[in-house]
Amino acid sequence: MLPRDLTADQFAGYPPEARKLAVANLDTLRRLPLSFLPSLLREIAGFDYKFPAERRAVTGELSVLSGLTPAQIAEWFQAFSQLSVSPKLEQSDWPGHPGKFVEQQSEYLWSTHQLDAFRRAATEYGDRIHAAIPPEPPPINRLGIAIIGQGVASTGEPLFRNLRKHGTYFAQVKPDNGVRVLLEAVAARAAAHPLPYGHWYIDGGQPAEHSPALICVSWHGLEALRAALLRNMQAQIARPGMGPEELRTYLAQLTPADLGMDRSADPVLSYFQLKVFTEGSGTQIFSTTFAQWTAREALRRAQPVTMLVRFGVRQRQRPMNELFSKVDASAPDPAGSLIDGDMGAYYNWINQQRLPGSERSCFLVWFEGHNQAVAVSPSLAPGTQSTSAATLTDLLTWVTA
Amino acid sequence: MSDRFPACSPRDIARALACTRRDFLRSAAGLVAGSAVMSASPFVFGATARKRKVIVVTFGGGARDQETFAPDGQQNIPHLLQELAPRSSFFTQVVNRGILGHYVATASLTTGVYETLNNFSAVPPEHPTVFEYFRKDLNRPISDAWVVAPSNGFNRIGESGYRSYGPGWGARVILPKHLLTAAMSGATTDYEHLLRDNYETPLYAPQLGGTEFELEQLEMVLKLSVEDFKAHAKTLSSPDELSLYIARQLMRQQAPSLLWITMHDIDVAHAGTYSLYIEGIRRTDRLCAELWKIIETEPEYAGNTTLFILPDFGRDSDEDAGGNGFQHHRTGDPASRTTWMMALGAGVREGVVYDRPMQSTDLVPTLGCIMGFTPTLAQGKPLTEFL
Repeated sequence: MLPRDLTADQFAGYPPEARKLAVANLDTLRRLPLSFLPSLLREIAGFDYKFPAERRAVTGELSVLSGLTPAQIAEWFQAFSQLSVSPKLEQSDWPGHPGKFVEQQSEYLWSTHQLDAFRRAATEYGDRIHAAIPPEPPPINRLGIAIIGQGVASTGEPLFRNLRKHGTYFAQVKPDNGVRVLLEAVAARAAAHPLPYGHWYIDGGQPAEHSPALICVSWHGLEALRAALLRNMQAQIARPGMGPEELRTYLAQLTPADLGMDRSADPVLSYFQLKVFTEGSGTQIFSTTFAQWTAREALRRAQPVTMLVRFGVRQRQRPMNELFSKVDASAPDPAGSLIDGDMGAYYNWINQQRLPGSERSCFLVWFEGHNQAVAVSPSLAPGTQSTSAATLTDLLTWVTA
Repeated sequence: MSDRFPACSPRDIARALACTRRDFLRSAAGLVAGSAVMSASPFVFGATARKRKVIVVTFGGGARDQETFAPDGQQNIPHLLQELAPRSSFFTQVVNRGILGHYVATASLTTGVYETLNNFSAVPPEHPTVFEYFRKDLNRPISDAWVVAPSNGFNRIGESGYRSYGPGWGARVILPKHLLTAAMSGATTDYEHLLRDNYETPLYAPQLGGTEFELEQLEMVLKLSVEDFKAHAKTLSSPDELSLYIARQLMRQQAPSLLWITMHDIDVAHAGTYSLYIEGIRRTDRLCAELWKIIETEPEYAGNTTLFILPDFGRDSDEDAGGNGFQHHRTGDPASRTTWMMALGAGVREGVVYDRPMQSTDLVPTLGCIMGFTPTLAQGKPLTEFL
């Protein structure tokens, strides 16, 4: 079927708010090309479990599209209309399962060498939407903090190589009570500027004591979920006919209830936590990957104004010869985790800079328990170094000035 | 345009290489095509056609410039930069316009056609492989073309499903991890990590039978006892080290004229751990140098072998919001599509950098020119730098 044939009944399987949104915009949806529409429907279908920033984006996009004339629709979607869609995809239940369509469309685009054209079309469309909906600046300047190197006594690795050129390197930081100082600072921001899903604390290990005003997601806190998911995946893999694509589709359809998550918990956050494991690669195995990916997704989706990420110590990847000698698989790798965290902090900064207000955003990365840090801020000269003694409180003051 | 390295230090050469790679990535939209057509083929003066051997090493899991050829990455590839690059012709811009999955991309490299097969299934390439062209055109025995591959999914890469060419003209494929499984007689309860099929879908390994055949390969082909093989495997730290060990045995015992080795330790990047990705790069760098030393010291190979080293494609850039940096190769951005190739050994001009773009499908036609076969269905074009 084609978009022009859409009816309200086809959204019957959507959650309540998503269904309402789709039906209210039915006329608009019917005007869009099939090579594009399921991508938008996928966002609509997940509407009930989206963060406020995501909801604003979806409703804003629909509002812009509904205001376009037929000529503008033709112009905006010309590139998408030129992409072919396989008959199999066209005949699928794409309104009911848009996510599955998008996955299979991706494979089809790769195999028909249309991926580059799709990328260009999507980029052009994104630029038009961004032009039509100017980004809202955050109510306060964003602050990102990364704490790396937990458990590392010393290192010969030059740290913060990617971030130094963007900020000021501090070589004489007083590390006393550093984690507590930073957590109290973000708690104070949360108290002063209460925003739904606006202030996050992600920990790649056991979370430290923190304010309940922070959204906390931690490796240890989600241990039961990880175990349930891995059991579930193993059971699915053992089923006849199951393959990588089928497993991915299955994982995409899992709900928090399927894995025994607390039914009284915030469903938006529960879905977010579930997707960290079902959509992330390596998040189920390595805590450093978990921390980086969780921060990336939280920044991209919730667009918080405060994000503190403490990278934990991941388990070792055992070399082949150790596999024969049965060395403990869960042995930690603090040195490797420091390198992971260093790169992860850089990615946190990149992802923060993709959000509105980036010209005023601030970022601080600190080697836990040590005297090295880098602060990135409009108020600090990039590519500079300070050898003056400073506390973490000083750094926070300077970086947010 | 080509730049010939003067008789300068490895450090200078490394800088020249790094700058070239960096510059072309900066302007990935297009560089001035190379005009490095030489007056005569270097292969005219190379080894005789009968004795000539070619070894191709591909990395299943590209490494980006910032971790390799850019200044910050040079510490990770000391062997490639200081030992191999000065002796090589280096192609800075190898573009892969196909599907960026490791099996399908490697299959494309072997056929010279952008294959569209399912990346996660053990199916043969649709078009004739380089091994079929080589063996059929030159009437070579089956022992003369071998593939050493990392995962069960590569089991069918030696021979295409193209009916007019097969069956029977392909290469034999040896899967070191499958070999190890057979040698361990199924007692692999603690080896899942080692025997993991690939890093793109770590939970899946296409099931292969043929334990007897694997053990026969060990004893008849590689001249290794099961016990010796197991004992040596216990001294190695990674699957790629195991692959190199097998390749060396093959070279000593079978001396194939066409040997294709795929490595994949670098692809641990899919787990999102930067430190393990860097370790994989450093190990691969070391293994490439070790392979070159083997080539130089094995009588059947010394002086008459051309070695090609190339990643099958790159990895996503940090800047593309659709990806997650080094972790994957999903965006199709220039960084994930663009990589490099190093050629060294018999008939290769040493210390030359070619900036012009080439496609990964150009490899098979180039091998055809070097070895004397005609890959009629390959879509790529021979590199003029070797003509």
